[in-house]
Amino acid sequence: MILEVNDLQVHYRTKDGVARVVDGASFAVPEGRIVGLVGESGCGKTTAVRAIMGVLADNGARAGGRITFKGQALDAATTKPLLWREIAYVPQSAMNSLDPVYTVGEQIVEVLTRRGSAPRAAAQARASELFDMVGLHARRLGDYPHQFSGGMRQRAAIAMALALEPSLLLADEPVTALDVIVQRQILDMLRELQQRLRLSMVLVTHDISVVAYLCNEVVVMYAGQVVESGPVRDVLARPRHPYTMGLRNAFPDLMSDALALVPIEGSPPDPREALSGCRFAPRCPFAQAACTAAPAQISGIIDTHHRSACRRDSEADALRQAALDPSTWQRSSNFAMS
Amino acid sequence: MVEKAEPVPAVRASGSLAPALWRVATMPLRDPFAFAGLLIYALFVLVALFADQLAPTDPLEILFTKAGKLAANVPPSADFPLGTTNLGRDIYGQLVHGTRSALAVGLSAAIIVATVGTVVGLVAGYFGGKTDALLMRIADMALSLPFLPFVIVLTGFLGASTTNIVLAVALLLWPNSARVIRSQVLTLRERAYVEAARVTGASRWRVLFVHIAPNIMPLSFVYAAIAIGWAIITEASVSFLGFGDSTSVSWGSMLQDAFSSQALSRGQYAWFVPPGLCIILVVVAGFFISRGYEEVFMPRLRGR
Amino acid sequence: MAALVELRDVVKHFPVTRSLGEILSGARPAVRALDGVSFDIGAGDAIAIVGESGCGKTTLGRLMLKLTEPTTGAIAFAGAALADLAGDRLRDFRRQAQLVFQNPFDALNPRFTIYRAVAEPLLNAGIDKGEHADRVAMAFRRVHLADVDRYLDRYPHQLSGGQLQRVVLARALVLAPRFLVADEPVSMLDVSVRAGILALMREVRDAMGLTAVYISHDLALVRYLCERTLVMYLGRIVEDGPTDAIVRRPRHPYTQALVAAVPVPDADQPRAPLPIKGNVPDARELPSGCHFRDRCPHAMARCAQETPPLRPIADGHRVACHLEGAFTP
Repeated sequence: MILEVNDLQVHYRTKDGVARVVDGASFAVPEGRIVGLVGESGCGKTTAVRAIMGVLADNGARAGGRITFKGQALDAATTKPLLWREIAYVPQSAMNSLDPVYTVGEQIVEVLTRRGSAPRAAAQARASELFDMVGLHARRLGDYPHQFSGGMRQRAAIAMALALEPSLLLADEPVTALDVIVQRQILDMLRELQQRLRLSMVLVTHDISVVAYLCNEVVVMYAGQVVESGPVRDVLARPRHPYTMGLRNAFPDLMSDALALVPIEGSPPDPREALSGCRFAPRCPFAQAACTAAPAQISGIIDTHHRSACRRDSEADALRQAALDPSTWQRSSNFAMS
Repeated sequence: MVEKAEPVPAVRASGSLAPALWRVATMPLRDPFAFAGLLIYALFVLVALFADQLAPTDPLEILFTKAGKLAANVPPSADFPLGTTNLGRDIYGQLVHGTRSALAVGLSAAIIVATVGTVVGLVAGYFGGKTDALLMRIADMALSLPFLPFVIVLTGFLGASTTNIVLAVALLLWPNSARVIRSQVLTLRERAYVEAARVTGASRWRVLFVHIAPNIMPLSFVYAAIAIGWAIITEASVSFLGFGDSTSVSWGSMLQDAFSSQALSRGQYAWFVPPGLCIILVVVAGFFISRGYEEVFMPRLRGR
Repeated sequence: MAALVELRDVVKHFPVTRSLGEILSGARPAVRALDGVSFDIGAGDAIAIVGESGCGKTTLGRLMLKLTEPTTGAIAFAGAALADLAGDRLRDFRRQAQLVFQNPFDALNPRFTIYRAVAEPLLNAGIDKGEHADRVAMAFRRVHLADVDRYLDRYPHQLSGGQLQRVVLARALVLAPRFLVADEPVSMLDVSVRAGILALMREVRDAMGLTAVYISHDLALVRYLCERTLVMYLGRIVEDGPTDAIVRRPRHPYTQALVAAVPVPDADQPRAPLPIKGNVPDARELPSGCHFRDRCPHAMARCAQETPPLRPIADGHRVACHLEGAFTP
């Protein structure tokens, strides 16, 4: 395991109390693999990644848990020297965060000289090499960000993240807001880079088809906790947690004959509320009385077996069958209420 | 998806024009600087309203001592809190009565600048095309005029009255607000909810005044508050340079009189320091208030 | 069935800022957002317009709603040319044709309560105020926002994205229109909410007999909504046919690439490699002939010289390609 996240807690101070945005999440990234971190917005996936990078917002802080990178515990002091060189981050909408007044090339050279203390000439050579690597023509190094299309800017952002040859890349929604063909091109490029550079990757996304296409492992988050994790094929083909089953149903499948999309009713809980038991229980069609009482989460497990935090895990096969029936998910007509 | 633990501040964004105006008008109560500015204004307004009670002597009356001699350059005393001028006029009386002309100049200029700037900005930004081009070229011309010389020339032509000074200031200042409001309208015009109003059949004027105008009200107030300061400074400058209205008393004309009679060399500080301070106070108060409106308008500035 | 909306050779150019040289030489460079688009929409039909950003699909939607005017060409709604509509006739058109926006967070005036937002079309259409409350309530029921009273006094920022999109749809439906354009109605919404909105759009369309246009970049989504799909590339229609045929047996090389690129939430499904390379070219410097030719794996010399017309290859299926799908595997 190149990265292990154990019982991570991240709290944000807000006017209305503490928001437990990540509340006991555990997962691991095996060396040379791509792990997809999926969930709805607000589930804590971005916060978890930002906590790994030590770049939380001012009102947020790690409130517990352990993060280990290559056997070394990460905290504010130990993370800093690892950034860029060992762990690189492509934040959400990185393609829009390139500085408009500098050329893209200057910005990459800046990373190489400032962070990597490379001499300028070497940095320039390396910048063209990086551009080549992400499928951009080196002559476009002299262009300004506005001269690039969205897909090209995303490629440049990835090139920048890879400048100092990190071994772990954290990418937050790298293809969201891009057109399907460009999405596919970026995903293909990421896969090719990952194999060539033997990168380990964490891919944060709300889109399970991105996970299906690119990832080896998947970690499904809900309300700050991990509800299901395991190899992508297992988890997507035979989901064991009702939330994953619901997510799978909500996704259109171009080639499937079933023309029904089933939404998951309700919305995730407010992270400022104290919750007990399974957080998905209020939206879960299979919830039982016990589900709201006892806690259910995956914690402290550092391997990549298929795991589910559901209390009815032993009945998973039956539940999965039931979950395919759209009527299972329709509780009342006023589901848009929350 | 970016997780924002902090909930959206529950600003009760109120209805259209009237409630928006109310929200804008009550802003100073929420911003300490703006509140201070408003307090200063309130003070000056009270002084202006009760000037006759505060300083019963006519500021232009030439006073004589009991001995029948001209009461010129009398040092501050119980009778004349700030002394008298070289022509024997009560400086305190001039200062108090000067508040009236300062406020009249400032407020009327502010109202004209805000009204003209807002209407021109809205119309130019929303209708675009030739209307926009025409209005903005006029604005460019007005902006290219040198400020003080233009005021002096205009008052020279039309006569050196307070009204003409206000007119000159308004003519020079509306383009600033018009341009900023126009660019804001250009952005708002592209917002989906404005397009939605069009799709649902709202008339152009309804779109402009119900959906767009309420969002630029704080900007209008910013420019109104700035115009107050500029107008007062301009009036003072013009009067100081001797092109002002000689029949009325203003802080600027006080400074001019003090300067030309060499009050400084006589060490008669009580003559020119108080009007100078008053000008600074009123202008600063205006900027404090405008600062408050900028923060209403651009919440990102908050806490910076 | 008679066509409700007809487009004939619609061209839309957007002027771009000219350089000094261009001003002096009198050149008027323009982005050719639409380059001769013709099609009909039958009354009661639902069609999808699919393509990547910059292909002109959003412009097309705005043209059909008379939010912008074509540079040349004609658009007719129920037999009347949109260009001629003004005054009462324009107001009447506005009652019949409505739009659902991509971003529900921006589609409602933040200063309006939900009630005011949904009632605004009624106000603009001059409907008696006494009827407003009932009609708003009816629209809310249509979009399954039960417990109407809970929403009416709220402001948009107090609602979730899914709820907002339902309110936007309620506003579009409150005048009981005949024609609805939805521009990427779910792309800004969370995945778990999307399905509900899509199902709702289908239900509403069936219940009200709407003629509908869905604009999207995602074939997988439009497949749930539309029987017919138009595929656009750089201002032109490249393929037009039954959605099912387009998805299962795409004929135009661009459509094939789109289908190959559609994300699939299934790790076991084998994925064909993307058949095309490169990026969409700059709309100011379009290739001659077929706009797709410099990315097309099957391009021939003829593609640079002649623009392939949109020709029927099967019943209700048209393709703009010189090969007419002859290479299809």
